Amino acid sequence: MAAGGVSHLAENGRAKWAKVSHPPIDYQDLHYYAAPKKKPGPKSLEEVDPELLRTYEKLGIPLHEQAMLAGVELPEGETSRPPMAVDAVFDSVSVVTTFRKTLEEAGVIFCPISEAVRDHPELVRQYLGSVVPVGDNFYAALNSAVFTDGSFVFVPKGVRCPMELSTYFRINAKNTGQFERTLIVVEDGASVSYLEGCTAPMRDENQLHAAVVELVAMEDASIKYSTVQNWYPGDENGRGGIYNFVTKRGACRGARSKISWTQVETGSAITWKYPSCILQGEGSVGEFYSVAVTNNHQQADTGTKMIHIGRNTRSTIIAKTISAGQSDSTYRGLVRVLPKASGARNFTQCDSLLIGDQCGAHTVPYIENRNMGARIEHEATTSKISEDQLFYCRQRGLSEEDAVGLIVNGFCRDVLKELPMEFAVEAQKLLQISLEGSVG
Amino acid sequence: MTQFLDISGLCARIDADGQEKEILKGVDLSIPPGEVHAIMGPNGSGKSTLSYVLAGREDYEVTAGSVNFQGKDLLEMEPEERAAAGLFLAFQSPIELPGVNNANFLRTAVNAVRRARGQDELDAVTFLKTARAAAKELSMAPDMLKRNVNVGFSGGEKKRNEVLQMTLLEPSFAILDETDSGLDVDALRIVAEGVNRLRSPSFSALVITHHQRLLDYLVPDRIHVMAKGRIIHSGGPELAQQIDREGYTRFLAEAEAA
Repeated sequence: MAAGGVSHLAENGRAKWAKVSHPPIDYQDLHYYAAPKKKPGPKSLEEVDPELLRTYEKLGIPLHEQAMLAGVELPEGETSRPPMAVDAVFDSVSVVTTFRKTLEEAGVIFCPISEAVRDHPELVRQYLGSVVPVGDNFYAALNSAVFTDGSFVFVPKGVRCPMELSTYFRINAKNTGQFERTLIVVEDGASVSYLEGCTAPMRDENQLHAAVVELVAMEDASIKYSTVQNWYPGDENGRGGIYNFVTKRGACRGARSKISWTQVETGSAITWKYPSCILQGEGSVGEFYSVAVTNNHQQADTGTKMIHIGRNTRSTIIAKTISAGQSDSTYRGLVRVLPKASGARNFTQCDSLLIGDQCGAHTVPYIENRNMGARIEHEATTSKISEDQLFYCRQRGLSEEDAVGLIVNGFCRDVLKELPMEFAVEAQKLLQISLEGSVG
Repeated sequence: MTQFLDISGLCARIDADGQEKEILKGVDLSIPPGEVHAIMGPNGSGKSTLSYVLAGREDYEVTAGSVNFQGKDLLEMEPEERAAAGLFLAFQSPIELPGVNNANFLRTAVNAVRRARGQDELDAVTFLKTARAAAKELSMAPDMLKRNVNVGFSGGEKKRNEVLQMTLLEPSFAILDETDSGLDVDALRIVAEGVNRLRSPSFSALVITHHQRLLDYLVPDRIHVMAKGRIIHSGGPELAQQIDREGYTRFLAEAEAA
């Protein structure tokens, strides 16, 4: 099987520069494909895994939205919120797709990538692997070799996608590595906002998740890709948890195109992820807004790459890192300006917040500039939640946990305000839940 | 005993660079309901420590004594429980909270204490109306509610913001720790008026200050002189002028002799 060859590649090709450590992964011991055994999709909330619902409840997600997130069809007349199309991935096969019709009428294709291969082969063939080549890095190669499903989005010329697109990934089978593949193509003058959120129930063994996401934006197109990731981080002693080794990259191919990544990363035992933008089109714009939270024994090495190729390309990077417990968090980012990128501009801000005295925060910016007319700015700060701040809030009547939540959310405000409304409230609560018990 | 606030034999120390340092050495002080008391005294006499210990700052270890607040053992309570019970501390140096919207912070705090006191929470509209009116009375610029808590505030703005918080949290007992420091005369008057507006039979205050000037606007019922971790002399409001003329030397000498 293909994985045999890939596992050989592991010895040489795996990234060794990331500031993460874990025991070697036995790639022969992973399950590369697992389809749900039971019926295809839940018909009502009663049929949804109670563990998943408990997580939703803790996050304060309203019931009708829980149903939507879990892939249950909305009852008639539920129109109080802007519609969201949900393509729920339970293990490796997409089992529920909603709002297909509305999207079809607008000309938007939103379907499992397995279907896209069958129904739109010309599009898949043209774009798949064009942003993240098969041999890009070890985990991208692994994904390319074994991926079975994921999501496909195509927004044709001049169409503003009529709703937010959302996919909920979840890992629930024993020892299942997930190798999602996502491809989003937005044609000239079109736009889409894609939301990706993840939950995972308690698991003991480490699980590998190696997804690949490719975005293509043509002339005047815009893609907003938002992620809230709270996979199982392992217990407080660092046992179990998800390994999240993801390759995400967007190509701004057309002039004035724009790709914006927003991520809130609170889960996973290890996160290794650099959503990037290749700014090829003249005047194209890349944005990266990130909040990464690590607690207990979690490790995160995350950041972005902004490759300025075209003239007058612009990029903005705002990265907020919060470390608590004995965790370790690294921002690693590359800003590369090529010789033809006259007038390129970049602004980077990296802020780290430490909670307690046993965690680590590291900032590793790489700046490569080959155009003398480019302007690159980098700002970085490291701070602690001070006893003074906590005492001040508590003197005003806030509990210690509410005080930490308030201070952390304040610290992340610049990023959280970039999230779509549906996620903003959820993300705020998630930050607080992730840091429960980290002080005191 | 006043049955409102009774401090008796209070001793507290702090661990400063590995060395235990005794700061409060037996403080006795009673404040009846509805009265404003002032504490004056030389630097390092323990005035600020007393305010921190009353508010529940954990850096200080109480080694002896008791504090009874409206029938409850204050020293057994968490800082937020003390706030809910009606204790408010206006900080000498108000703390900055970057990214935290001032109005949001105020509403979170007000609703936290209202919940704890068994009162209904205020909705956003009602709260903003109340907050805007209170801010106006303190001559605060309207945008101060929108700014981040104390971030980029001038010294005077920070102190007014403390008084605004005090007004909205409706405490029964407020400690003002050198709220007058760094204020010009006009700001001093506005802050003092803010406190005076709260004066009622159900509001008491302990005002810590170095200067007689604040006490001209905020006339106390009693003045206590604190030195070397104890209250060494108490008197009426006329004591302020005497201290202003003569300093603390006489009280210190008397205390030594006693």
